[in-house]
Amino acid sequence: MTEPSSDPWGYVPALESAELARLRDEYLLFVGGSFSDGSGERTTGVNPATTERLAGVPTTTESDVDRAVAAAEEAFRDRWSRLAGTERAKYLFRLGRLLQERTRELAVLETLDSGKPVKQAGDFDLPNAAAYFLYYAGWADKLDYAGFGPAPEPLGVSGQVLAWNFPLLTLACQVAPALACGNTVVIKPAETTPLSALVFAELCEQAGLPAGVVNVITGGAEIGDRLLTHPDVAKPVFTGSTEVGKRIQHRLAGTGKRPTLALGGNGTNIVFSDAAQEQAVQGVVDGAFFNQGNVCGAGSRLLVEESIAAEFVERVRDRVRTLRVGDPLDRNTDVGALNSAAELDRITRLVEAGEAEGAEKWTSPCALPGRGYFVAPTVFSGVQQSMRLAGEEIFGPVLSVLTFRTPQEAVGKADNTPYGLTAGVWTEKGSRALWTARQLRTGVVWANAFNGFDPTAPFGGNRESGSARTGGQAGLEAYLDV
Amino acid sequence: MSEGEQPVSGRERVTVPKTYKLHIGGSFPRSESGRVRTVEDAGGRFLANAAVASRKDLRDAVAAARKGFETWSGATARNRGQVLFRVAEMLEDRREQFTSLVSDAEGLSREQAAATVDTAVDRIFWYAGWTDKIGTVLGGANQVSGPYTSHSAPEPLGVVGVLAPRHSSLLGLVSVLAPVIAVGNGAVVLVDRERPLPAVTLCEVLATSDVPGGVVNVLTGDAGELAPWLASHADVNALDPTGAPESLRAELERNASGTAKRVFDAPAAEPDWNRDPGLRRMRAFTGLKTVWHPLGA
Repeated sequence: MTEPSSDPWGYVPALESAELARLRDEYLLFVGGSFSDGSGERTTGVNPATTERLAGVPTTTESDVDRAVAAAEEAFRDRWSRLAGTERAKYLFRLGRLLQERTRELAVLETLDSGKPVKQAGDFDLPNAAAYFLYYAGWADKLDYAGFGPAPEPLGVSGQVLAWNFPLLTLACQVAPALACGNTVVIKPAETTPLSALVFAELCEQAGLPAGVVNVITGGAEIGDRLLTHPDVAKPVFTGSTEVGKRIQHRLAGTGKRPTLALGGNGTNIVFSDAAQEQAVQGVVDGAFFNQGNVCGAGSRLLVEESIAAEFVERVRDRVRTLRVGDPLDRNTDVGALNSAAELDRITRLVEAGEAEGAEKWTSPCALPGRGYFVAPTVFSGVQQSMRLAGEEIFGPVLSVLTFRTPQEAVGKADNTPYGLTAGVWTEKGSRALWTARQLRTGVVWANAFNGFDPTAPFGGNRESGSARTGGQAGLEAYLDV
Repeated sequence: MSEGEQPVSGRERVTVPKTYKLHIGGSFPRSESGRVRTVEDAGGRFLANAAVASRKDLRDAVAAARKGFETWSGATARNRGQVLFRVAEMLEDRREQFTSLVSDAEGLSREQAAATVDTAVDRIFWYAGWTDKIGTVLGGANQVSGPYTSHSAPEPLGVVGVLAPRHSSLLGLVSVLAPVIAVGNGAVVLVDRERPLPAVTLCEVLATSDVPGGVVNVLTGDAGELAPWLASHADVNALDPTGAPESLRAELERNASGTAKRVFDAPAAEPDWNRDPGLRRMRAFTGLKTVWHPLGA
């Protein structure tokens, strides 16, 4: 007979095996169709949930950027741009299928490298990444019908500097339309999350993609800058912070190139008093804590109608209390590790600033692992418009609560940031939901929902969130000479 | 004074010349700086003194454009179309006047100038018809994989800063302004020193066509002096550098990067404005908004 558990309602760990990731000891760059070492010192990739070494990763110098761009340029000129759209379509289809087939492996790999929960990597990141390739495969031979006039032309080599929050998904969002339109790419994944892109290179090889059509290099900010400002890169693409995006736009001024920038946000969930409360609570909690809040479109702010605020915030806290923070490989885990020590430090300081500015802090009493970059989900109430929490991009598991009395006030407060990416609206009254959706100056509005994402639905923002759209017909525009 | 000859006998009358001023928030103020600059025709003959706008005028114009945008973007697309049709009517009505202005400004024959004015009228007429159709062409239903309805529609960006073409004083101006306002933006237009008079007179057309005050604000003067401030202004959402000389482009783009502003990809040289404009400009000055809602009984 077994002893009764001291916590009869506790979860039994449901661990995914790290073995599934088929980690190699050393990874290589992918340039011109073959794997090679970079010309910098080799470094190590770290699992942010354990701070242990994952694998050896090459670093690069300018010469690696140059040879990758040259390989992409040659592939564009001699092969990819000459290939019929219907043939390009089949290569994209192959990549989509390969992603589907290796979903479990890549989900575990992504989890090890980024710290995100494996449940999310397997149920959100990978299926969406595959869906992006399958969707844009269909566009490759239909560009004449995309609304940009007959026979729109590709641009050439696209240099793509990607984000660490959704390493493989941001890759798919940019690489799929780039290739569909006939461009070739040089990808530089984020310095802290290069592994899934380096394995994606294997998929390109398995798909028989012509050499040089996709090239993957590693490196930090300097290599990223070099890639985006390379004279032979026709289309610079950056997914990441607004601060860096502005710097890139500044550096490209006067070159005649228009960077595609997918930048930050400080999203809002607006909850009216007549909202279906259980659903709204779930949506608000998902919005703020999905992917540890490391989402450009995260609902970092809750704007709740004053008459229900006290009760609603209590329900949000109750729900947040049940979020399981811990081992990202455990399928029960809701909130994984932050991506790096630097991120942990940044969030810690932002939380300190929130307290110093007088907001009321509540932290989930969850247990945190003894190592790794974890932070407990935190809810600030009594947040004022002037506080850093209300204006800056949060990008971490921190929710700020503000209140409103009228719909106009809600919209005004929601829009009172330099960003304009996402918002959620919760009300049972259709006319109010649609009115609010129309008033908000964001690129995406989820009404009675949050975080919906699909390759058919354009995603992107306004103002300092950058004006790029990924997804849909609109997602082709960045990669065509139109 | 450009109209008619100087009187030589008691039977001829002296004309009343027009003072060319700025257009801000629906009014026609002088520059708060009091500055003016002499405008001459293509042959060097004195035409008028045009106001030279200051940075203060620019700030006022941006504030007015923000208010104008709120009104204009809140109007129905059909209503915006009706107003722009009215602009075309008013411009047609003043065909003779604009023919003279364009002829003087650009050194064209009357026939050439009249053809340019005709094309300008047709251009506004074309954009007027787009206001309530662009949504269906650029937007649509997203066939998402899940129990949601999702649709995307183009929305105006807000306040757009426009550097008017330096050569084509009416057709060029109309070709850059009409797409910006057809989709619901407010505009602040900088008109450089060489050919400002058609622009100021166009404002009179706008003011008598029920275009709400502030939707279009026109500042004449020295574009090189004001454009960098327009590019960096935090309440300007996008920039059209069409009229900026190549030497100024890099600085404007650097300034625009401070707020990650969208900068229209304008060719270095002034294009042939007689060509079919296509949708490029309307696409550039809108952003898609995607709205989701779950489905369920």
